[in-house]
Amino acid sequence: MSEIDDKVESNHEEDTQKGKFLTFFLGKESYGLDIKYVTEIIGIQAITEVPELPIYIKGIINLRGKIIPVMDVRLRFKKCEKEYNDRTCVIVIDVKGVSIGMIVDSVSEVIVIPDSEIVSPPEVSQKTNKYIKGIGKVGNEVKLILDCHKILSDDDSENLNNFQ
Amino acid sequence: MSDLNNDPMLEAYIFETTQQIEQLEQAVINAETSGEYNTEIVAAIFRIMHTIKGSSAMMLFNNIAIVAHKTEDIFYFIRENSPKSVDVSELCDLVLEGTDFIKLELEKIKSGDKPDGDEETLLGRLKEFLVDLKKTNGYENDLTTKDSKASSNKFYISPSANKEYSYKYSYKIKLQFQKDCEMENIRAYMIIHNLQDITNELHFIPNDIIDNNESSELIKKEGFLIYFKSNNTYEEMNDFFSHVAFLEVYELTELKDSREFEKLVTENQTKQKLEKVNDKKVNTQHSKIISVNVQKLDALMDLVGELVISGAMVTQNPDLKGLNLENFFKAARHLEKISSEIQDVVMSIRMVPLGPTFFKMNRIVRDMCRSLNKDVHLDIIGEETEVDKNIIDNLGDPLMHLVRNCLDHGIETVEERIANGKSKEGTITLEAKNSGSEVLVIVKDNGKGLNKEKILNKAIKNKILTKSPEEMTDKEIYNLIFLPGFSTKENVTEYSGRGVGMDVVTKNLEAIGGSIQVESISGKGTTIILKIPLTLAIINGMNTRVGNSHYTLPITSIKESFRPTKEEVFKDPSGNEMILIRGGCYRILRLHEFYNVNTSVKRLDEGILIMIEHEQKAICLFVDELLGEQPVVVKSLPDFIKKIKKIRGLAGCTLLGDGSISLILDAEDLIKD
Repeated sequence: MSEIDDKVESNHEEDTQKGKFLTFFLGKESYGLDIKYVTEIIGIQAITEVPELPIYIKGIINLRGKIIPVMDVRLRFKKCEKEYNDRTCVIVIDVKGVSIGMIVDSVSEVIVIPDSEIVSPPEVSQKTNKYIKGIGKVGNEVKLILDCHKILSDDDSENLNNFQ
Repeated sequence: MSDLNNDPMLEAYIFETTQQIEQLEQAVINAETSGEYNTEIVAAIFRIMHTIKGSSAMMLFNNIAIVAHKTEDIFYFIRENSPKSVDVSELCDLVLEGTDFIKLELEKIKSGDKPDGDEETLLGRLKEFLVDLKKTNGYENDLTTKDSKASSNKFYISPSANKEYSYKYSYKIKLQFQKDCEMENIRAYMIIHNLQDITNELHFIPNDIIDNNESSELIKKEGFLIYFKSNNTYEEMNDFFSHVAFLEVYELTELKDSREFEKLVTENQTKQKLEKVNDKKVNTQHSKIISVNVQKLDALMDLVGELVISGAMVTQNPDLKGLNLENFFKAARHLEKISSEIQDVVMSIRMVPLGPTFFKMNRIVRDMCRSLNKDVHLDIIGEETEVDKNIIDNLGDPLMHLVRNCLDHGIETVEERIANGKSKEGTITLEAKNSGSEVLVIVKDNGKGLNKEKILNKAIKNKILTKSPEEMTDKEIYNLIFLPGFSTKENVTEYSGRGVGMDVVTKNLEAIGGSIQVESISGKGTTIILKIPLTLAIINGMNTRVGNSHYTLPITSIKESFRPTKEEVFKDPSGNEMILIRGGCYRILRLHEFYNVNTSVKRLDEGILIMIEHEQKAICLFVDELLGEQPVVVKSLPDFIKKIKKIRGLAGCTLLGDGSISLILDAEDLIKD
């Protein structure tokens, strides 16, 4: 019985979450993140550095007893680093059971972008666009929709190991 | 069948039966060593078999139930009649065979298969034994003959064949046992059991005779009512019942109308269902031990850890500084005390005694002694020592391999022992004791000891030597046996010699953070010492600071800490810093350089050196300052980070009292070059 209930519930949840995106800023660009991955949003907090990690992994934080890594999205996208202020937020996402915090300049809002308003990114070179799943149009603005799996999957990690 | 086995019940059944089988084996082995079945052991085995029979019948695992029942019969006879001559070793063999059968079937059930093992051969032997037992002790009364008759019947009519029959006659019988015969329910069960040989359509009231001892009272008061169908005529049935022992009166009636039978049966079944439900309730009230999912305990541990930390965050809140809050601090102290007590209790829940793991070895020793024709006694000391559940789970395999090795390679045959002027019987000692935050498990034998030359030759042959043999100490040579692919035994036996055993031992031990040592005296025996941590979850740690980062070192790996003077420190030509302490020369590892941490403390005489040791190797770690010692809850680094890279020298992380994170250092990893 309960199993069936769960299924109904999750279907229902998926429906209400569909097409909703959490938007945040990195500099002037606005990005969108599929809301189903987002667990919570917290202010910036003390980060414990962990040695020998790629530069964009700032370290680990204590999220109510759970220890999760945090990633500076600016550094991940090879933008220049910016000092954290009280607008800086950590978006905690959960992709396939892996939790990670993403440090962003500021979080703006949750918006609905229907599928029809999302276009695939232009095929410039795969390097620059590899973290972008699509481009959403909201009024006159453009939101870059992130591919959470690609952000977490580490094609860099091998390079890093070779480098070491 | 499957719809009856809802999961929690099945789980409980498997758990309980496994435990009982373990107890049973223990009891049997005790009996074998003492050479007799005393009343206590007989009663214990009887009780266990009785429970297994009852629960297996309830779960509809008939072959298990029948084996248990037949074993129970034997012990019932022994208990009631205390026969003079019992072939102890044959009985032990039989019972152990029975437990093996049940274990095998349990495994099948666990993996979701049907328990379909063939019990007939075993049953035959069990019955034969009982008959022999009765014969040799002169108990050839009616009961015996009838029993053996019934059992021989059973051999030829398999139950499945019976199902096809439509029976000619329906009977109703009401039985009344003699007033002082006692154990009415068991007797009733025996009747039912014998009836099962001639019929499959069979219903009785009260129907919970197997697992409810109070049914005895009911039978005493109201008699025992059976409805059954059979092809046997009234006379045959009458004859059958007239042979049942201890029967006072019985009233056998043939039911002309089969509808009456059906009606009674349906009534009976509904009642049975109700009673089963009631039964279950009663059982749960009685039990004082519950089994809990370890995951839930882990979650509880985490939560308690957080509770302690958040408690500290409240009571040591910077906002409170300078305020004079006498009552607040009183209450806060109380809170601290209680939360630390909770922590202790939660920890203790996870602790399980080593006993059962040790006792399992008894069986291995016994079986191996038989097949290898050796005479070995297993001594168990300190089985009440408790360690964390996770660790116990990882300890069973290594112990088994070690004990097997002792028996196969260590202890000599009886002839050799006598020739060497040793006692005929070899001894293997399993000992557990607490030593600080570690538990030592010692496996000791008084066999022939390790043969250094053989080990070396083998190592050279297998090309696993890293040093020239002349340079190696005895200890290093002995430790070669733990390398993968090493085995000196020429022939692969049933028990060992494949060269995987010792490898498994080291692997399993490493997984639980333990280590292994071996000592041996030629001709006197071998001692293998397993050092295992009490728990994986909590260690005593020394917190240190480097720049803004905190690092925690397990206290067990710290030898000493001191502030060096300039004169003691020197550099070798390649720029490595060294320090000379009491004649020993140690490498200095600057943690801030190693992990590239910013700190203002760079001069050795401003910070502090911590000497860490692992397996006789030591180095000095340089940190800014020591922050103090505290027990810390070990958490692993997030999977995401572990996936990116294995960071050298880090064992995990922990939360400090103020909610900040400290990284736990792994001394072993830091020491190795």
